[in-house]
Amino acid sequence: MTEPVLEVEGLVKHFPVRGFGASGVVHAVDDVSFVIGRGELLGLVGESGSGKSTVANCVMRLVTPTGGRVRLNGTDITHLSRRALRPLRRHMHMVFQDPYSSLDPRMTCGQIVSEPLEVQGLARGRDLDAQVGKLFDRVGLRDELRFRYPHELSGGQRQRVGLARALAVSPALLVADEPVSALDVSVQASILNLLRDLQEELGFSCLFITHDLATVEYLCDRVAVMYLGKIVEVAPTRELFATPRHPYTQSLLSAAVVPDPVEQRGRRRVVLEGDLPSPLAPPSGCRFRTRCPLEERSAPESHEEEPPLVEVAEGHFVACHLVRRGETPALFTPAAVAQ
Amino acid sequence: MSFVDTSVATISPRARRRRILRRRFLRRPLAVVGFIVALAFVLAAILAPVIAPYSAGATDFNALLAHSSRHHLLGTDELGRDVFSRILWGARASIEAGVLATLLAMAVAVPIGIVAGYYRGWVDAVIARVTDVLLAFPFLIVAVGLAAILGPSLTNATIALGIGAAPALIRIARGEALALREEDYVRAAVANGASDLRILARHVLPNMLSTLIVQATVAIPTAIIGEAVLSFLGLGVQPPTPSWGVMLSDAQSYLSQAPRLAVYPGIAIFLCSLSFNLLGDGLRDVLDPRTTR
Amino acid sequence: MSLLAVDGLSVRFDTDDGPVHAVDRLSFTLGESEVLGVVGESGCGKSVSFMSLLRLLPETATVEGAATFDGIDLLHASPARLRSIRGRQIAFVFQEPMTSLNPAFKVGNQIGEVLRRHLGLSRGDARRRSIELLDLVRIPSPERRVDEYPHQLSGGMRQRVMIAMAVACDPKILIADEPTTALDVTIQAGILDLMRDIRERLGTAIVLITHNLGVVADVADRVLVMYAGRKVEEAPVHELFARPQHPYTNGLLGAVPRPGAGRLREIPGRVPSLAELPAACAFAPRCPRADQLSRTQVPDLREVAPQHHVACFHPGPDAEATA
Repeated sequence: MTEPVLEVEGLVKHFPVRGFGASGVVHAVDDVSFVIGRGELLGLVGESGSGKSTVANCVMRLVTPTGGRVRLNGTDITHLSRRALRPLRRHMHMVFQDPYSSLDPRMTCGQIVSEPLEVQGLARGRDLDAQVGKLFDRVGLRDELRFRYPHELSGGQRQRVGLARALAVSPALLVADEPVSALDVSVQASILNLLRDLQEELGFSCLFITHDLATVEYLCDRVAVMYLGKIVEVAPTRELFATPRHPYTQSLLSAAVVPDPVEQRGRRRVVLEGDLPSPLAPPSGCRFRTRCPLEERSAPESHEEEPPLVEVAEGHFVACHLVRRGETPALFTPAAVAQ
Repeated sequence: MSFVDTSVATISPRARRRRILRRRFLRRPLAVVGFIVALAFVLAAILAPVIAPYSAGATDFNALLAHSSRHHLLGTDELGRDVFSRILWGARASIEAGVLATLLAMAVAVPIGIVAGYYRGWVDAVIARVTDVLLAFPFLIVAVGLAAILGPSLTNATIALGIGAAPALIRIARGEALALREEDYVRAAVANGASDLRILARHVLPNMLSTLIVQATVAIPTAIIGEAVLSFLGLGVQPPTPSWGVMLSDAQSYLSQAPRLAVYPGIAIFLCSLSFNLLGDGLRDVLDPRTTR
Repeated sequence: MSLLAVDGLSVRFDTDDGPVHAVDRLSFTLGESEVLGVVGESGCGKSVSFMSLLRLLPETATVEGAATFDGIDLLHASPARLRSIRGRQIAFVFQEPMTSLNPAFKVGNQIGEVLRRHLGLSRGDARRRSIELLDLVRIPSPERRVDEYPHQLSGGMRQRVMIAMAVACDPKILIADEPTTALDVTIQAGILDLMRDIRERLGTAIVLITHNLGVVADVADRVLVMYAGRKVEEAPVHELFARPQHPYTNGLLGAVPRPGAGRLREIPGRVPSLAELPAACAFAPRCPRADQLSRTQVPDLREVAPQHHVACFHPGPDAEATA
């Protein structure tokens, strides 16, 4: 088996907080591990406070992890200096969520897309020009848009520019942090299709971060669900959507709205009690226990011990004491996927 | 068929943006007035040798403290010098000090502020604290103190004013850099593998430009008043070079006889700084991306 | 007799680049205790339409047409009249609870302010009522929460506080503009439940403005689809999702990822510039069914099924649509 493109092992990221009231440490990411193979699309799903964006920033080395390891194409990049990191950056790039702030308003779109090529010394002069032209074509943008400024383009077009920039260096890994969340529904569809097509054509691996389960189901090969800095479930997409095991995953799936009033209103929802705990003081043991509808059944183990990720089916891992004991919480069973 | 594809314009995007900005500016009468008056002062300063009816020091002992007349638009002072000409000549000192001091302040403050805001850490901690201490002193006190140390001359006054204005600009530049480093396009540049220098020069600085321009236009009047104060105190321009501040100082002894000798330079200072202020206000409005008209 | 009747509403903005026709001759009604879902993508005019009813738009906006609420002509009412309607008879809930609440005041204080101003309650009564309202919106331990500051509450809770403020005076209409867009999925579900609850218990009519078809499928009685400032389709909710007629509605439905649905539908082209009012179907340049007729004439609203209206010359389900 070929070497995986990305290996994340025991990733930890804590942010110190020194403010008026609160002082302490934000446990943004705690002991997260996963692997992305060549050409694989891994979806990382979570709500606010889950730490998914922090994982993206750690992988991209936009911040330095507090602990754990990040290996890109076999090279340990966890603590490399900026200078040492520079040549390796051509193997990974990122698409950002906000189409408005991800492009420098003072540069033309053509300049934005050519920058990575220039910085990495991959092309110059006429060759650079030609490559930028090809990139624009590949993401479905008219050539003349190269000379326009970002504010003259629509949100969807801007995301295409962002994609062109990220793919300019032909990276092995593309990190997409909520790339379509800020776009209109119909535009989301075109960008998602574009991403799917480009991935098929170019074969890059992708870490796709989102809060929207439906998108992940459409695009990704495997899915990891995060809650309060930890991965609670990982499985191949079809498997996760057919048989979600973790109570949180089940509640997420049951809460997602579908554009079909019959199905939507007929659905029995798993309601989570309480609020998301503060990442400054995550609950002891299982972090989900304060909101888990099955908490009494898992106590007192869930209060004291953090549940480890345990394989329950081929490639399907769950971090839940109840599941580990062999009990299968069936709070919400989605209808079988028609495919 | 009325569907105009707005993404195909007939003029370049830069020209289009300039046109929009110009239109926005013209919709603000106060800013336009400020621009015109400020421009008039600048031109007066530049063209003084050409348009001033008399040279700065030309005396006329036959017409001491004279009232306005055909020969002397605003009258003469205690040495028979034409007040109007001296106002024009004085504009040179004021505008020169104002503009150069501001440029000096920017040249010093912007790099320091950018480094503090972008890198943070202990560099920022040191710079921010030092700046805070300096900002505790009123600008004029600092300028006066520095000018006194450096010795009285227009050049030294300019330097003193520039350094005095720097702390406030450092804080502004730092604030901008602090905000800009969080922008996604800066993170994208890091992801590109761009060097810090490239990021600062190509991404951070150009996006601070509007704010800096506005701050400059607002710092100029402060420097102009500062120059007047320094000259008034004898720390700036030395006689016989005219300056509005010197004119004010000289007019003190003749306040009961000819108060107009204080009023004219006073109005000049007032109008000049006000015009730059209005211009700066208008520019800030026009360059704000959120403005719709 | 409908609660709100809007007829031929048009809104035009004067901008740097010329006029922008945000809303073009919009007409609809809202009945008592009805939940109307208004769906469209950005720039379709859905928010602007409702803000114009209560004169919440900037001065650069020109509003034309007619809007009657409970017998009152909203577009020509005096400022004093409008002030008494805003917050009291017609209340708004916006997208960002973070910025809608004043961080410097306790939550109870802010709800209390609405009660004191509109209903003239005393401080004591206002506080009691505030606690009741917090309980109504299902905030646990309301007696404690009433003395907390916005930053001490989560996003979902803050939105509930906003809703509490909105229903404080028992308004006839609650206009919620993208109330759950900024919230997590699990929190969103709770807020939608709350809206349903409010309609049941207080009988408030609700206008739910959103771009999310799932939200509308969950809560709305009737749905209005807007495109480029115009209404393109309107139907009871089950009818709309079962038999969408307008090609844009079909496009929207096909663009949402759903398990087993195959490749996502894309709508080619872009939303038209609103600088001119096209004398044709606004959707024609992007429409697979466009022809000479739709490119030269504005389609009227026609009734294709009971209470189901479409502004289209070629209404009907998509040939590709699965059952």
